[in-house]
Amino acid sequence: MPAVQETVEQVRSIDVDQYKYGFFTDIESEKAPKGLDEDTVRFISAKKGEPEWLLEWRLDAFRRWQTMPEPKWARVDYPPIPYQELYYYAAPKQKAGPKSIDEIDPEILATYEKLGIPLRERDALLGIESTGGEGSGRARVAVDAVFDSVSVATTFKEELAKAGVIFMPISEAVREHPELVKKYLGSVVPVTDNFFATLNSAVFSDGSFVYIPKGVRCPMELSTYFRINERNTGQFERTLIIADEGSYVSYLEGCTAPMRDENQLHAAVVELVALADAEIKYSTVQNWYPGDSEGKGGIFNFVTKRGDCRGDRSKISWTQVETGSAITWKYPSCILRGDESQGEFYSIAISNGRQQVDSGTKMIHLGKNTSSRIISKGIAAGRSDNTYRGLVSAHRKATNARNFTNCDSLLIGDQCGAHTVPYIESKNASAHFEHEATTSKISEDQLFYCRQRGLDPEEATALIVNGFVKDVLQQLPMEFAVEAQKLISVSLEGSVG
Amino acid sequence: MAMLDIDNLHAKIEGEDGKEILKGLSLKVNPGEVHAIMGPNGSGKSTLSYILAGKDDYEVTEGSVTLNGEDLLEMEIDERAAKGVFLAFQYPIEVPGVATMTFLRSALNAQRKKRGEEEISTPDFLRLVKEKAAGLGISQDMLKRGVNVGFSGGEKKRAEILQMAILEPKIAILDETDSGLDIDALKIVSEGVNALRSPERGMIVITHYQRLLNHIVPDFVHVMHKGRIVRSGGKELALELEANGYAEYQQDAA
Repeated sequence: MPAVQETVEQVRSIDVDQYKYGFFTDIESEKAPKGLDEDTVRFISAKKGEPEWLLEWRLDAFRRWQTMPEPKWARVDYPPIPYQELYYYAAPKQKAGPKSIDEIDPEILATYEKLGIPLRERDALLGIESTGGEGSGRARVAVDAVFDSVSVATTFKEELAKAGVIFMPISEAVREHPELVKKYLGSVVPVTDNFFATLNSAVFSDGSFVYIPKGVRCPMELSTYFRINERNTGQFERTLIIADEGSYVSYLEGCTAPMRDENQLHAAVVELVALADAEIKYSTVQNWYPGDSEGKGGIFNFVTKRGDCRGDRSKISWTQVETGSAITWKYPSCILRGDESQGEFYSIAISNGRQQVDSGTKMIHLGKNTSSRIISKGIAAGRSDNTYRGLVSAHRKATNARNFTNCDSLLIGDQCGAHTVPYIESKNASAHFEHEATTSKISEDQLFYCRQRGLDPEEATALIVNGFVKDVLQQLPMEFAVEAQKLISVSLEGSVG
Repeated sequence: MAMLDIDNLHAKIEGEDGKEILKGLSLKVNPGEVHAIMGPNGSGKSTLSYILAGKDDYEVTEGSVTLNGEDLLEMEIDERAAKGVFLAFQYPIEVPGVATMTFLRSALNAQRKKRGEEEISTPDFLRLVKEKAAGLGISQDMLKRGVNVGFSGGEKKRAEILQMAILEPKIAILDETDSGLDIDALKIVSEGVNALRSPERGMIVITHYQRLLNHIVPDFVHVMHKGRIVRSGGKELALELEANGYAEYQQDAA
């Protein structure tokens, strides 16, 4: 597979500075005053021109948040987050909302180009024509680009609209489809769910909104690309995806941020709703700035992602490749409410340097004959700590619930740690849960064998790790699998020797 | 000057009280020559192959090894590979999830790059693998499976020879390639090796039994015992060993 070659090239081409998305775009921005109080919440809501109900919803969340303690149970260690020192809203300055791509600040367009994200539909189309054919071509992907707190562009909107698909910034959806937003917002992750989700509910600024109508198979991949640019700015995006009965959608999010010495907070909420016979496939390639090798800087990533298989025979599948962030606290989960609904979680979590990852999933079986599958591959290198934390539970009424869990950890070097914390709760005797876990090291014999064939230590490690994560990479949409594979090697740069 | 020149090589297992395994071994291999090294278990045959390949667990305390005049012992493992040293492992290692095809291509291109050559194109590579695999009875299915994962003993050895055929080394070291093979598998592997004999390539065939040498007929046979070569001769020496066993040498040493 040529991707492995690219992987290797990628590794070789990297010098000291391994994080290639660490640049900063110099652009004038408009910010809310520093700190967080009710006025900040009102400021954000006013900026978005929101209806009264949403402002109230936010204020409710804010008041609740003030009474909540920050959770401390995860296996991560970080200094207190100075909530009052952060900016909660930053938007690139521009006249009104851009009507077309040509009105977007060229600096921002250049930023996304540098990141390899085409915002001009024409470019994306040319992409297919030049590399297409024989099924190997670049798939067409509709992109929503979120820059700091606001969405700057959404591509292929018209074409999607023809299929009845709604794909737009959530701030726009609040105005154009208030009935849908009102019905589903907070219905999967309630306002009171947890400290970070509640904070997000109070101050979320933008994110993507997707609605797939009954029986529609979304004609292209949907994707949101998050970029944190401003200094001292938290990013609080909110994504809401609804797949109506019998529909299908595949969605991907990507994330990067400039290299900065201070930590930046990212607290997102993602809610998925799958109605009867609907399927949502949600893939993430998370590459926030991880901090330097001494643990200075990097993103604090506290994210709540949850999918509700609300209808019978619905299916939600999470696939994640996590390589960035100084701290990762993230448990994409599935509530298997509908009978015969299915949940899946495929994860590759890589930590290097001083990164700390506490990630996993929850599969909550409520309906009859529900099934779930968890494949988690954790790779720890450098002086990092990598924890898988998972919950599989069967409700009293969840007759014949089925789960299969496989957690594999791979250690590179002898200063890192891998931990597995599985919780299993079953209140129904017919539930059938299987759990497999392994921890291994890249063996000296494997390295010697690969090197004897001509691969240098980094090429050899990249190859072995790519083999280790293959089961999960296969779950990603083709194009992103290649991207993820490169990312894995880049993340492991400097982990050998 | 020989292509591969091993001179008075002494080596021990790494560490304070590491046991000395090679005790003054000398051997010269010229292009086109096939040398068989025979000897009882524990004589240091496999150690020699590991030291030539550059494995970390050993320390050379005396002597030298040169490949075309260059100091081999100074080179990294992968550098030696790029210079043309190939070791067919007695127990090939599994690399789960990495398709044999991918592995072959990564290895070939890594070596080419180190030598400053162009990477092989996809069509050329596929053609090359198809041709070489067919000769060794290796199926497309096997090429898609993880490196050595779930391979039978015979499949592993055939896969090693396939790698050798693709990488085209200058000096190939075959470590007990016959171990664990039935007679049919032995034939296939031997034919594969014979097809790779060439005036530009030297080979060292390490084996405990004469059986392999009926199929891969050597130019020279060396008897190794207690870390050195104690006797050298032509291919007839192997037959003599087969008849008399290693007892003679073991008594000498006692």
